[in-house]
Amino acid sequence: MSQNLVIVPSPHLKDKATTSSVMLDVIIALIPTVIASAFLFGPRTLLLTAVCVGCCVAFEYLFCMVTKRESTIRDLSACVTGVLLAMNLPVSFPLWMAVIGCFVAIVIAKQLFGGIGQNFANPALVGRIVLFVSFAQYMTRWETSSGLVVASATPLGLLNQGSSELPSYLTLLFGVHGGVLGETCALTLIIGGLYLVWRKVITPTIPLVYIGCVFLFSFALGVDPLYQILSGGLMLGAIFMATDYTTSPVTEKGKAIFAVGCALITVVIRLYGSYAEGVSFAILLMNILTPHIDNLTRNVPFGGKPAKSKK
Amino acid sequence: MSKKDVIKSLKGVAVDHYKNTEDYVTETMPEPDRVYLPCVQHMGAPCTPVVKVGDLVKVGQLVADCDKAFSSPIYSSVSGKVVALEDFINPQGVRTQNVVVEADHQQQMYEGIAPPKVTNTQEFLKAVRDSGLVGLGGAGFPTHIKLSLREPEKVDTLCVNIAECEPYITSDYRNVMEDGQDIIDGIELVKKYVGKITQVFIGVEDNKPKAIQRLQLLTQDKPYIKVLPMRSQYPKGAEKVLIYESTGRVVGDGMIPADVGVIVMNGTSIAFLAQYMKTGVPLISKRITVDGSAITNPKNIRVPLGTRFVDIVQFCGGYKEQPRKMLMGGPMMGIAIYDDTYPLLKNNNALLCFGEKETKAIPSSACIRCGRCVRACPFSLMPAAIDRAYQAKDVEKLKALCVGRCMECGCCAYVCPAKRNLVLTNRLAKQLLRNSAPKK
Repeated sequence: MSQNLVIVPSPHLKDKATTSSVMLDVIIALIPTVIASAFLFGPRTLLLTAVCVGCCVAFEYLFCMVTKRESTIRDLSACVTGVLLAMNLPVSFPLWMAVIGCFVAIVIAKQLFGGIGQNFANPALVGRIVLFVSFAQYMTRWETSSGLVVASATPLGLLNQGSSELPSYLTLLFGVHGGVLGETCALTLIIGGLYLVWRKVITPTIPLVYIGCVFLFSFALGVDPLYQILSGGLMLGAIFMATDYTTSPVTEKGKAIFAVGCALITVVIRLYGSYAEGVSFAILLMNILTPHIDNLTRNVPFGGKPAKSKK
Repeated sequence: MSKKDVIKSLKGVAVDHYKNTEDYVTETMPEPDRVYLPCVQHMGAPCTPVVKVGDLVKVGQLVADCDKAFSSPIYSSVSGKVVALEDFINPQGVRTQNVVVEADHQQQMYEGIAPPKVTNTQEFLKAVRDSGLVGLGGAGFPTHIKLSLREPEKVDTLCVNIAECEPYITSDYRNVMEDGQDIIDGIELVKKYVGKITQVFIGVEDNKPKAIQRLQLLTQDKPYIKVLPMRSQYPKGAEKVLIYESTGRVVGDGMIPADVGVIVMNGTSIAFLAQYMKTGVPLISKRITVDGSAITNPKNIRVPLGTRFVDIVQFCGGYKEQPRKMLMGGPMMGIAIYDDTYPLLKNNNALLCFGEKETKAIPSSACIRCGRCVRACPFSLMPAAIDRAYQAKDVEKLKALCVGRCMECGCCAYVCPAKRNLVLTNRLAKQLLRNSAPKK
């Protein structure tokens, strides 16, 4: 009897997790932060987020269509990029500029390098940096029309100007101060991070080492370490941007080295650089080093190191 | 060997157990009208038939053998008439012959059957070969070869593998519950005749507390036998994993367990050994688990070897729905077969049939470098990196990544969210390395 049986290689059981379920988890982890931003900066937050998500998905869809590839929008990675990019913009940012950011992130940083899993740098981060250097005045305009936060410089900006009236730790934790949409409320970012660790989407190595080292280096260099870790884009960067699969090392040892490097560059830029903030540049530089870190931190397999073969 | 008090547990994945049939007492399936006995049911040299079409054979009579040592004889599981010698391709793709015996349903035992006389290692090993025993856990390695040691004085440990880490399968568990004493008797035999065994570990996953309890009861007056409960985390039943977790010894590249002083035997194999020494009846039947969504009445059954799967399914109430996938063995390492007229082989321990729903698979997509495969691999290999190196046909890199150590347990492909066929890639990569090796 011939029954048309399916022949496939083992294993015949597969875990429920899929690429899209993993990406969905990241989106879920970002929801508290989006809601908090909407409260802090007003409803335009949601408009900006929707525009970024929509554009990222649309660009990915169009790119796949133009290059005659199967559309990959269903893996939800473009949505994640959209939300993350929006979280890196100030609330008053012009929409047409945001669209440019989405184009840079999806088409230039991600798809031209081969799409998901192939990009050398975090797409949302590249989008942010291009917008930051192109439209600097719009990227640092902190006025808001509605919401809890009144126009003010960012905590790190205040520190840089030598201002004597710095926000309290509690203000930093709840994010009631100036900044880009997603970076201010440390509390919701930490909740999102815990969710990702609990769901095993990320391991805690990168966020813990990154934030811990920023604390240590700041302390060693004589600045208030708690103020440093609660302000700026550190929480957002350490939990959501530096942990991007494609652009961070695979092994835990590699992740730790990566995170130490991020922390070092961040602190150096913050304290000695011409910018008040250094998280995005730090992660971008370490993204570039990731393949090398990966090569140097390969697992030693069970059974010991492989016999050296001639070069 | 470095002295480590705490042996680190190797990694793995938590797979759902699906041990649906664990409380089903083994039923004996009556002999079918015809059995199909392939001449290759083991690793090693193929046998050739020693019977002709038209010959009458009885239960336990030799039907195929080989004069090479690295082989294992085949016996008839029914009494009746040899009606054909037909071509057959076994699951590993080896072309061989089937001895087809039409049963007369008398089940007359062969007169030559008598308990073997064993007084020394030589006679013991000959008896093991004559029994037709091969590794019943899955690999089908001839047992007498495994027990023929180059340096017997070096071997001090016997590991009995009853981990049964594959989902669905409960035949080893039923073996403990129904024939537990045979396992202990088998251990005593191996201990008596092979190597200088001073310690015995029985590895059982802790999802079988009743089996652990029963084995502890059976071994309470034998201090050298230690029942080792292992965390239920696939693949604890892998040979190197079991050796490491019981003794801390590492079986390295190109080594066999005996090189680190260990013999590993499957619980069912060792129980059969004891039964054979008592009765002299060679390996002619096998306890298997029949389960899966397409089976009407899942069962544990004792089946005559050579019974076609279609007859086994019939005995289990037939198909509940149209079968779409049939597996010999468990879902993690089992082989998908294309036809239910396949006969039962010595080393099968399960037959699983699944319907449309379980067969449907999500197509694979690009690697997202999440690192789950790296965290899951029991041997700390890096499947995603191997995947990339294989796509690039980078032989040097594949060597550096030690793809040859992959045991194909399937943990990487199980956890992969992009559903990549990482096990298949590893197999192909190993093949690539073999083909690129300089010819001697």
